Amino acid sequence: MQVYIRSSGNISPQHSLEKDLFFAHREMQDGNRWHAVEPEYSRYVDSKMIRRMSRIVRMGVAASKACLDEAEVRMPSGIVTGTAYGCLEDTGIFLRRMIDNQEELLTPTAFIQSTHNTVGAQIALLLKCHGYNNTIVHRGFSFENALMDAMLLLREGMDNVLAGAIDEITEDSHAILSRFGLYIPAIDNPEITAKTHKGSVAGEGASFFLLSSQEIHGARAILRGISTIYKPESLAGVESRIHAFLKESSVLSDGIGLVLSGANGDGDHDEIDNYLSATAFRNKTIVPFKQLCGEYPTASGFALWLAVLLISEQKTPDWLPNVSFPLRNILIHNHYDNNHHALYLISAC
Amino acid sequence: MNPPVFVAGLGVVSAIGLDAAACLHSFETEEAGMADIKILHTRQRGKLPVAEVKLSNEALAELTGLSSGMPRTALLSALAAREALADAGIFNFKDLRAGFISANTVGGMDKTEDFFESFMMNAAAGKLRDVVYHECGSITEIVADHLGINHFISTVSTACSSSANAVFTGARMIRHGLLDLALVGGADALTRFTLNGFNTLMILDKSFCKPFDEHRQGLNLGEGAGYLVLVSEEIMNRLNKSAYCRIAGYSNANDAYHQTASSPGGTGSFLAMKNALENSGLVPGDIDYINLHGTGTNNNDIAEGTAIKLLFDPVYPKMSSTKSFTGHTLGASGGMEAVFSALAIRHGIIYPNLRFETPMKELPFTPVTKFLNHQRVKHVISNSFGFGGNCTSLVFSAS
Amino acid sequence: MDKLMGQLKRQIIERLNLKDLKPEDIGDDQPLFVEGLGLDSIDALELIVLLQQDYHIKLDKAEDGPKVFHSVRTMADYITKHSPAKKAS
Repeated sequence: MQVYIRSSGNISPQHSLEKDLFFAHREMQDGNRWHAVEPEYSRYVDSKMIRRMSRIVRMGVAASKACLDEAEVRMPSGIVTGTAYGCLEDTGIFLRRMIDNQEELLTPTAFIQSTHNTVGAQIALLLKCHGYNNTIVHRGFSFENALMDAMLLLREGMDNVLAGAIDEITEDSHAILSRFGLYIPAIDNPEITAKTHKGSVAGEGASFFLLSSQEIHGARAILRGISTIYKPESLAGVESRIHAFLKESSVLSDGIGLVLSGANGDGDHDEIDNYLSATAFRNKTIVPFKQLCGEYPTASGFALWLAVLLISEQKTPDWLPNVSFPLRNILIHNHYDNNHHALYLISAC
Repeated sequence: MNPPVFVAGLGVVSAIGLDAAACLHSFETEEAGMADIKILHTRQRGKLPVAEVKLSNEALAELTGLSSGMPRTALLSALAAREALADAGIFNFKDLRAGFISANTVGGMDKTEDFFESFMMNAAAGKLRDVVYHECGSITEIVADHLGINHFISTVSTACSSSANAVFTGARMIRHGLLDLALVGGADALTRFTLNGFNTLMILDKSFCKPFDEHRQGLNLGEGAGYLVLVSEEIMNRLNKSAYCRIAGYSNANDAYHQTASSPGGTGSFLAMKNALENSGLVPGDIDYINLHGTGTNNNDIAEGTAIKLLFDPVYPKMSSTKSFTGHTLGASGGMEAVFSALAIRHGIIYPNLRFETPMKELPFTPVTKFLNHQRVKHVISNSFGFGGNCTSLVFSAS
Repeated sequence: MDKLMGQLKRQIIERLNLKDLKPEDIGDDQPLFVEGLGLDSIDALELIVLLQQDYHIKLDKAEDGPKVFHSVRTMADYITKHSPAKKAS
């Protein structure tokens, strides 16, 4: 089924919360941990409400507010969020105190904010939204399954559903994931996909979208469909699923003007991306979006935001020159560790 | 008209039994699962009662065929999920669009706690294999891979309503024709993180909990897992057995009042129950039994009770909190109580609400206090309410 | 007493992350909860731990919170009356 994307709000390692800034300037961060560019939150949330919010909650709440403001919708009918890691900062605070204090003299704030549905709940609380509220926490499918839930709600008759994804990096998570070899130890060039490394770069961010089943004036793009593949058996298996996905969406491969690829610069990870660029995506313009947002399990939220921006504005920043217009259809192929593959087809309204 | 969704099989593990039959026996003999802490390594031992599944990780590993190094939540999940599939008579997923939608709130936190003890002293220390399953989604994948489900897998986490949300997600996907079969529910093991977290809220009863009693002092935490096998009508007909019941309806609503506390009027609970009834095409008078969220905290029971009063007054169905047996199993509770709801319909039984003595002065009704046989149980509502105002009601109907 | 109340105000601001407030913004008798400073049940639990950690006073029942934490003055009163150091002397 297809749905309309009425608006979006995004916080990422780029200046994605403000379109003009994003077009003007590409943020180049040093090192292998790219921090989200965070706004002055008091512009988005009452400072009284903010005092207990950790960074991930602030990012989520601000991105969702920006999204609703853009569509000039005050109250969505439902809210669905996806997060792979949940509220890591508060989890870490409570865990460390529990161990340090030997389970004595603990306070509740970090614990109650560590729950995975905190972001979705805080958005509902700020809006006083009594509607449907769900949180999906499935690794590299967290955002995709949240979107799918939102699309079902629209099919069931809801008119505006807010769907989003959030994940944060913390000192602890970065240290631990570094030990798994996920990140390039020393980076000389933020164009992480320009050459092959061992590891990638840690990213983070919040992406929210207001979806509607009806074409509403000013809608920014059409989400024609999404599809996920769990632990594919072979590279060719992914390729055939891509062809089947396009066929189901009735878009010819020739109609795809741009592929946003989830390649992240890690040699093993990118094997499938290299394979696809020689097969399914041969002769296509491919932009690896993780060199803008870094790698994290809900990075596809950033890709969808970028796709909506390019297709609704019909222009590209000077620093991203390869995209050509008019641009009717964008295919996103993301994968997390080759275990979780996701496909999105976005079309111009 | 929505296509029907049938409950073809079920599985449950809890402090009162390792499978559905054992749990039923404990209900009948009115034996609660709470006791002093024996398995969880915590300084709260001897101070707080909990409802533990009385098996070590090694014993659970042996029963499930998983490694004993896996997080306890995965071990519990696998045990109940396997029971549910076997009960439904599903032994492979050939020609089936099968989904596994599982919920939990702790993920591999039990292992992460061990890791952090070392990691905090030295960032290069701690066994990485102890944090590899930290994410909630990892638990689902361990079990999905073990069972051989790969068509659709997902993990829901909305605190104490998590697995009720997993149940309706599966039911909706079948209604929409996206899946033929959905194994739905959830699991949570006790961890130091959750035990101490709830302890900071000062809502843990130092004795066994007394849901819906005027003198209730809080909840007891528990652990376990509960799953239903949901199927479309076509698959149900193929299975050559009778369904436990249908999932008639569901609803999720948000209280939007406070991060942890329920609104005094029970706005979210009321909306969830009311909309679930509407979604089922039923009216309050149709309901024979309410499986209460009934944690035993001052705040939950008054909010839930007020919402029930508002919706059902003046004729109240029978109701009870099975948490008086199993403790509050957090992300598992909605799945476990869905199992108990289906069993209530199948066997015509109502579970007692243990240790209830004094009616709450604000409420004109009281829960059932004895195990009841030979009851007319055609329609059941099961409530699950969580942090973040997340309120879910599921409606089960005889098929 | 004034010294204790001043100290409590600083501690409340720090513990509850009330960054926009200065100690002098909190009146000695201003209600801390709902209509006053706008604190809630979670803050009350934080304050219970504050009493325990910094003043070695244990409040067993969360329900006693509203009385003890009505204002900075009632908190200071409670601390003065229940301080273990005082009892010992």
